[in-house]
Amino acid sequence: MSSAITDADALISVRDLRKSYGHTEVLRGVSFDVAPSEVVCVIGASGSGKSTLFRCVNLLDPPTGGSVVVAGVNLTDPNVDVDAARARIGTVFQHFNLFPHLSVLDNVMLAPRHVRKMTKDAAAEVAHAQLDKLGLSELAHRRPANLSGGQQQRVAIARALAMRPEVMLFDEPTSALDPELVKGVLEVMRDLALAGMTMLVVTHEMGFAREVANRVIFMDGGVVAEEGPARHVLEFPKSPRLREFLSQVL
Amino acid sequence: MRTRWISKPADRDRFGAAQLPAWRNCRGLLREPGRTVLPKAEVRDERRSSVPTIGAAVDDFLHTFFDWRQIGNALPSLLTEGMRNTLLIAFLAILFGLVGGMLLAVLLLSRYRFVRLPARAYVDVFRGLPAIVTVSLVGIGLPAAGLRLFGRAPLGYAVLAIGLISAAYCAEIFRSGIQAVPPGQLQAGRALGMSYLQTMRLVVVPQGVRNVLPALTGQFIVDVKESALVYLLGLAVGQRELYFIAQEQQAASYNSSPLVAAGMCYLVITIPLTYLVNWMDRRLRQDGPRRGRPGSPPPPGPVATLRATDNVAGAQR
Repeated sequence: MSSAITDADALISVRDLRKSYGHTEVLRGVSFDVAPSEVVCVIGASGSGKSTLFRCVNLLDPPTGGSVVVAGVNLTDPNVDVDAARARIGTVFQHFNLFPHLSVLDNVMLAPRHVRKMTKDAAAEVAHAQLDKLGLSELAHRRPANLSGGQQQRVAIARALAMRPEVMLFDEPTSALDPELVKGVLEVMRDLALAGMTMLVVTHEMGFAREVANRVIFMDGGVVAEEGPARHVLEFPKSPRLREFLSQVL
Repeated sequence: MRTRWISKPADRDRFGAAQLPAWRNCRGLLREPGRTVLPKAEVRDERRSSVPTIGAAVDDFLHTFFDWRQIGNALPSLLTEGMRNTLLIAFLAILFGLVGGMLLAVLLLSRYRFVRLPARAYVDVFRGLPAIVTVSLVGIGLPAAGLRLFGRAPLGYAVLAIGLISAAYCAEIFRSGIQAVPPGQLQAGRALGMSYLQTMRLVVVPQGVRNVLPALTGQFIVDVKESALVYLLGLAVGQRELYFIAQEQQAASYNSSPLVAAGMCYLVITIPLTYLVNWMDRRLRQDGPRRGRPGSPPPPGPVATLRATDNVAGAQR
């Protein structure tokens, strides 16, 4: 299934990705790779295309052109079973998107049961183990609406991890949180990175990017304007646009 | 006598001031066995010309609508045969409407025009026709055209006709409820690897249905009431529902009390139905109040950036 343009080592390989809404071209040829166990942060101003990039990488929004290869599967190939591929990609949204009609436990169990076709008991075991790992056991029988934003986002991470994904995608996972709740979520993500998870994180958290990311990609105007090792890009920005952006954010 | 009643404030609070004495008069009337309705109408006219008292008018009114003997005569068949058939028609029509409405709602939400259009046309037609026209077309038209789906059983045609109408309304109710589910829910389901239909079934539709439970109650009540239209099709003894029984007796006695009795039977069905669904609604929401659920995002952009800036310091510490 791997295609010729794929870097054999990369877990995520994006090539010349394009996305237009009507006449507006939001992504204008984005290419990058994420190696196994690498943490890559995507930064950029609002409207730079980073959230669109996130939705295109797991095909929640079908790209207009280019290719996305994740774990050897070319998602942009029309013959590929996208559902099966997405089951191997963990996704965490800015607004958590937990299922409000289900308990925390059921949220985490749902995909293992219905996608992995586990029995109820097996799925519950997986879910409990995952919640335990993130210190959320005592919330198992609560409804999402009764949790703080930070707890909800950690449950969302647990829900994604219960599918044993090979890659995790995050879309501004702390942007919708009250400031005092951000730390707990970032700690979970840091632990995940230390455990060797391959992560692509769209973020505004420069501290997290500097500390945890191996590489930083700066998006501007629908293209990758600058990319490189995290510290290098954040401390010695080359392009004036990135310098301007960093001065606003930091 | 009357003044005494009225002057007692406690009684005035509980009953309409003039109602209670008249009620007593009405009971008095019942004790006169020879009295029939028609002569009474004449008596009323005389009274009006000679002694036009409010009490007499109230008497007539109460006799027409609350003749307890008439009500007593009607109740046995209303409560057995009538109640049974009304509930049967209504229950089956509601069931038909729910299943048909859900299917139509999924079609209405399709990405494809050629799937949406037939469903749209169906909903527009059956919501646009008066119920009495649909019931006549289905119940009289179909058998006349040789389509005797239910043989000579009018109840079957009534269920079909009312169910067809209910499906159209339910389709719109479900569609609006499902569309009110934040799009992030579908995205989250798909992102976990579930198919479109799996996500709809397990995530979106359950939330959508919860959104519209109160609206559905309204439709259930309409279905109960429309079951009365089966009288158009002519019913044999044993098939009669509430309205048919009451209307037969009204035609025979020229007194509306049987209709009042039937009306009370309808209320005995519809009012508890409302409270039952409200109770279910409350129970479903109990564990998770709807406020502040995920999917009601604060606006991104400047606010998000500001917040991010706020906690950079914390994260860098």
